[in-house]
This record gives sequence, C-alpha cells and structure tokens, in this order.
Amino acid sequence: MSGEPIFSNAQTRSFGRFLTVAIPYAWFITFFLAPFLIVAKISLSTAATAIPPYEPLVGWADDGALVLTLHIANYKLIFSDSVYLIAYASSLRNAAVTVIFTLLLGYPLAYFIASRSAKWRAPLLMLVMMPFWTSFLIRVYAWIGILKPNGVINSTLIWLGVIDKPLEILNNQFSVYLGMVYAYLPFMVLPLYSHLEKMDWSLLEAANDLGARPARVFREVTLPLSMPGIVAGSLLVFIPAVGEYIIPTLLGGPDTLTIGAALWNEFFSNHDWPVASTVAVALVVLLVGPLMILQRQQGTGGHP
Amino acid sequence: MNVLLREDGLQPWADKKVAPQLCIRNVVKTFDGFTAVNDVSLDIYRGEFFSLLGGSGCGKTTLLRMLAGFEFPDRGGISVDGLDLLKLQPYERPLNMMFQNYALFPHMNVAKNIAFGLRNEGLGPDEIEKRVKKSLELVQLEAFAERKPNQLSGGQRQRVALARALVKRPTVLLLDEPLSALDKKLREATQFELINIQKQVGVTFIMVTHDQDEAMAMSTRIAVMDKGRVIQVGEPREIYEYPRSRFIATFIGSINLLEGPVVDCGADGSRVDCAQWGGPVRVAQDLTALSGHHVAIGVRPEKIRLARADEFAFTADNIADGVVKEIAYLGDSMLYRVQLPSGLLVKVAAQNLGVWFSADEPVRIGFDASAGVAIDK
Ligand SMILES: Nc1ncnc2c1ncn2[C@@H]1O[C@H](COP(=O)(O)OP(=O)(O)OP(=O)(O)O)[C@@H](O)[C@H]1O
Ligand SMILES: [Mg+2]
Repeated sequence: MSGEPIFSNAQTRSFGRFLTVAIPYAWFITFFLAPFLIVAKISLSTAATAIPPYEPLVGWADDGALVLTLHIANYKLIFSDSVYLIAYASSLRNAAVTVIFTLLLGYPLAYFIASRSAKWRAPLLMLVMMPFWTSFLIRVYAWIGILKPNGVINSTLIWLGVIDKPLEILNNQFSVYLGMVYAYLPFMVLPLYSHLEKMDWSLLEAANDLGARPARVFREVTLPLSMPGIVAGSLLVFIPAVGEYIIPTLLGGPDTLTIGAALWNEFFSNHDWPVASTVAVALVVLLVGPLMILQRQQGTGGHP
Repeated sequence: MNVLLREDGLQPWADKKVAPQLCIRNVVKTFDGFTAVNDVSLDIYRGEFFSLLGGSGCGKTTLLRMLAGFEFPDRGGISVDGLDLLKLQPYERPLNMMFQNYALFPHMNVAKNIAFGLRNEGLGPDEIEKRVKKSLELVQLEAFAERKPNQLSGGQRQRVALARALVKRPTVLLLDEPLSALDKKLREATQFELINIQKQVGVTFIMVTHDQDEAMAMSTRIAVMDKGRVIQVGEPREIYEYPRSRFIATFIGSINLLEGPVVDCGADGSRVDCAQWGGPVRVAQDLTALSGHHVAIGVRPEKIRLARADEFAFTADNIADGVVKEIAYLGDSMLYRVQLPSGLLVKVAAQNLGVWFSADEPVRIGFDASAGVAIDK
C-alpha cells in the first residue's frame, strides 16, 4: 500500500516529462516536417492548369492500375539552368560576405560590451537590440532614403563639396551587402556576447601575467575560448542570410538574382509550383550541413 | 612555523645592512572614492614566505593585484630589486601570480598550460620541454601532462597552477589564497608541500590568506591588514604573543582581555588594577610608559591553568576563583568558560589529560605574570 503513491507519482512525472518533450516535437512535425514533405512532394510533380496548379503524383491509369508518377525533371532543370546556379551562387556569396563583415564588426562590439562592468552591459545590449523595435521593412526603406542619389549621404557630401555628382551607392552589390550586414549584425553580436561574457576573464590576466602581450593573449586565449560563439553567430547569420529575399530585392540592382527572388518568380510570376518547390527543397538540403554543425555545437554546450 | 634561517642566525629583517627585495611605499588605491588600500608600506626580503592576513574585503587581493600589475596605485611606489614596477606592464614584470581560482587555460592540457609562459622567453622547444618536465616533477604530476584541467582534482589543479607560475622562475611569486579551494586534510598536507617547494626553488612567496592558522604555520612573517591598512607586521610568534592592538589580539586566535589602569610599574614587573578580575593583575612587562593609562591585559586561554577549588594544585602570580559555566569538548583539548564573581567570563583551554570539570563546578584559575601582555590600543 505504501509503495503505491510513489509508483503513481513516478508515472505522473514521467508523463510530464513525455509531454515537455512531445510538445516541441509535435510543433516541429506539424509546422516544419509536414510542410517540407508537402513541398518535397510538389517538387516531384509538373505544373498544370488546375487547382492546385500541379499534377497529382498518384493517379489511376487507363487499365485501372494505381500509378505513382515522380518527375525528377525539375531537379535536372535547376542543376542545368544557369539562372538557378547563379542564384544559388550569389545567395551563398551574399551570406558569406555578410558573415565575414558581421563577424569583423560584431566581435569587437561584443568584446567591448562583455568587458564593461555589469551595470553597463544591459543598456549597451539594449542598444544592439534597438533596431528590432522598428519594423524591418521600414528600416530597409530608410536605407534607400539614406543611399539614394539625392539621399542623406549624397546631399551631405555634395553640400560639403566633397563630390560633385552623387555616388552610386544604391541598387548595386554594395548596398545589398550594407543592408544585410546592418540587418544581421545583432544575430552575430548576441551569441558572441553570451560566450565572451561567460568566459573567465581572469584567464586573460593569467596569460598577461605569464608574459604574453595583449595580441598573444587574444590569439591564444580569448579567440579559442570564444570559438563556440563565433561558430554559433556565423551560422545564425549564414543560415537565414542564404534565403534572404527582401534586402537584395529592395536594395539590389535590377539584375540582382538570389534564391529568394528565383522562388518568388516561379511561384508568383510563372505559377510553376513544382519548380518553385524544387528550388526550396534544394535550399533546405544546402543548409542541412551548417544546421547540423550548429545543432552539434549547441548540443555539446559549446565545447568542441 | 616557517623560519628563514641564515648562516649567522640573524633574520634579514632584523639586520639593518640587508636591503629588502620588494619595497612597497605608501601605496594607496581607491575605487570610486572607496579606499581599498590605504597608505601601505612593506619591506619584504629575499627568500621570505610573507603572508597578508586579514578579514574579507580588507584589501589583500587589491594589494597583490597592484604588485602583479592588474591594478595601478593612485599613489605610492613599488620596486623589486631596485626596479620600479610601476613603469612595467604585467607581462614585463619579473613576478608571477597564482590565481585564487587557479585560472588554468581550459583548452590546453597540463603541459601546454605550463609551457605557455615559457614561449615568450625565446627558448628553444627542447629547453621548454625540459623545463616543463622538471616543473612537473617538482609538483609530482609527471603522469598528468596530457590531461586537460577539467580532468584533474582540485589539489592537482592547484599544483599545476603553482608549476605554471614557478616555471617562469619569477623573483617573487604571488599567491592569492592558494589553498582555499582545498578541503581541510588536503590543505594541511599542501601547506608543508608548499613550504618545501618554496625552500627548494628559493623564490620569495607573498601569500594572501584569511586563514590565520595557515598564515601562522607557513609564514616567515605576517602582515595583518584591516580596512586597507597594515596594522602589524611580524613573525608569527611575535604577532601571537605581542599583539599590538585589541583588534589583532582578538583576530589572531582567542584571548581574554582584562581591562584596568596601570597602577604600579617598574623594571621587575607592573600591576594593572582590574576590577573584573577582582584585584590587581601582575604582568612581567615594564609599563612605566603607560603609567596611569587604561590598558587591557591579554591572556591566551591556553596559558591559564585550571584546578578544582578544593584540590588547588598550582602556584601562579595571578589567581582567581570562579565557576565553570560552559564546556566545549574539542577532542585534543577542552574549552571552558569560567565565570568570576564580577561576572566576567574567562576562556580557559585545557589539554585533554583526562581531568574534566563539569558545569557549575567551583574552580580556581591562574596565570603567571609572563603570560599576560599589555595592549593599549
Ligand atoms: N575593481 C573594483 N572596483 C570596486 N571596488 C573594488 C574593486 N576591487 C576591489 N574592490 C573593493 O575593495 C575592497 C578590497 O577588496 P579585496 O578584493 O582586495 O579584498 P580582500 O581582502 O582580498 O577580501 P577577500 O578575503 O574577501 O578576498 C572591497 O571592499 C572590494 O569591494
Ligand atoms: Mg581576495
């Protein structure tokens, strides 16, 4: 009799544990895995004038047999048509450049904040997150206002007499990089900060005490110890940056081609859902590698 | 007690001809208007095991960090072997520090941790390897060279930290509470190990501690600090036997203070009229300089003898009758509080010889004139 309450108690607890694990999984399955499978299914179909606008994969043949038709033509297409290859390449390049510059700007910033005394860190972090208080679209439009030929920068420089005709700093690769670095900087700074802040700063003093000059302290102690933060920040920037659609579209030139733009074109201009789905699936496959690194790194608590 | 012996039997700090190795002169350090170190001056001699002892927040770590170069004094000077330390960056100073939390590099193994400091010195890889090996032998960790710090026990980490600092052959080694992370048994064993290593390498050690037993057991000299000031410097015995103020007397060990005016003094001893004791207390010191002043006579509990009132079995210069009020059994000794007729509770420590007193038992206590020390501050 006395053992029973403990037994049922243990069961309730394990049910609670099951629930806390099951809810995120259910979320993941419903809102990520299922849509992905649907998209993957559509990518194996062909376009049709129907609702929805693609051929069903499963149908009945004339002789009454159940037929499953899988088209891989879309995959062949995106690997052979240079438009898609260029789109992938430029998306990857945009993302890589964004990672490099957010890292170069974000590391000193995160280091600066983490080395302040406790009372300064919260307000400084708040400043880093301040852009999130304004709509993303408005901020991108603001950049147009700043960069356009008669925008803030150009009119100031002309007024100062530094230049006599406006600089071309909008609607080209430069403005795309600028916008992306601006937009993704907080995603680099926050993980870097959290790793630097956790670091035992007496290690830097110890290195200094053992005769290492500041440059060597940084190279051999600070940098290796913040590597998990660098990896986490780089992936948090890289993964969404590859699929970035809005910034290249609004700030880039007319010939700017990205995966996001390719997707948009196929869905809304060509109404070719299967090709659009193929582009999307290929993007996911492309990002599986980096995602797995991130997963592993977070799983081991940031220690390689 | 750790004694710094010289051939002539003289202690270097007693010899006016010997120049100190480390000079700290009138050093002041404030943080946002709060004075953490207040006008500290110390002379520390080659080969000493010098301890900075004091309660929490009294400025010990701050003083040590100024020697290492992590804090810069507002005023004052610090020199080692005539070299002005304040002109040097931490990485240029010929001192090394062993950190309180050891601060071992978690991403390097033991050998790499120890080699870290040598790689600035322009030594060849063979020489580095040789010196790392030797210092691993010194702390008996040869078998652990490949381990990462998180695969070591607390005691092993402490030894790696020691080896890492000593391998640089500093002129002075600074240790911030080196044993505080160890449990009691290991701490006692390590105390002797540390003294032996210090004697072997012949480096001056300056150790911060808030543990008075540790300071007493290990140091050649101790500086007692309070509220940013050094209030007494001396050999452990000097500080224990002749505390200069009530603060030091009560901070180091346990003591009874018998208060009263100095009434009678001369070269053969003095008397202090202590109403609480129930009469004059005789001390061996000549208190002519304090004649008429109110002083406290400090008597350590272990210097007071105790006997049953009805089988009084000792003679002493000062004797009083009382009643046992409290008893603490410590195993090797017994601690009694004996209440005198005036109400004063006197602490008496008695070696555990198998003679026990019980509560409310009438007893007689006594101590010799030489056991008391006058404290006027
Ligand atoms: N960087 C700092 N900023 C402000 N105040 C400080 C700083 N470092 C130390 N203090 C203050 O100076 C005083 C002395 O500190 P310190 O660390 O030297 O004490 P300590 O004697 O080592 O004490 P403990 O035994 O607790 O380690 C403390 O009151 C502390 O709050
Ligand atoms: Mg301290």
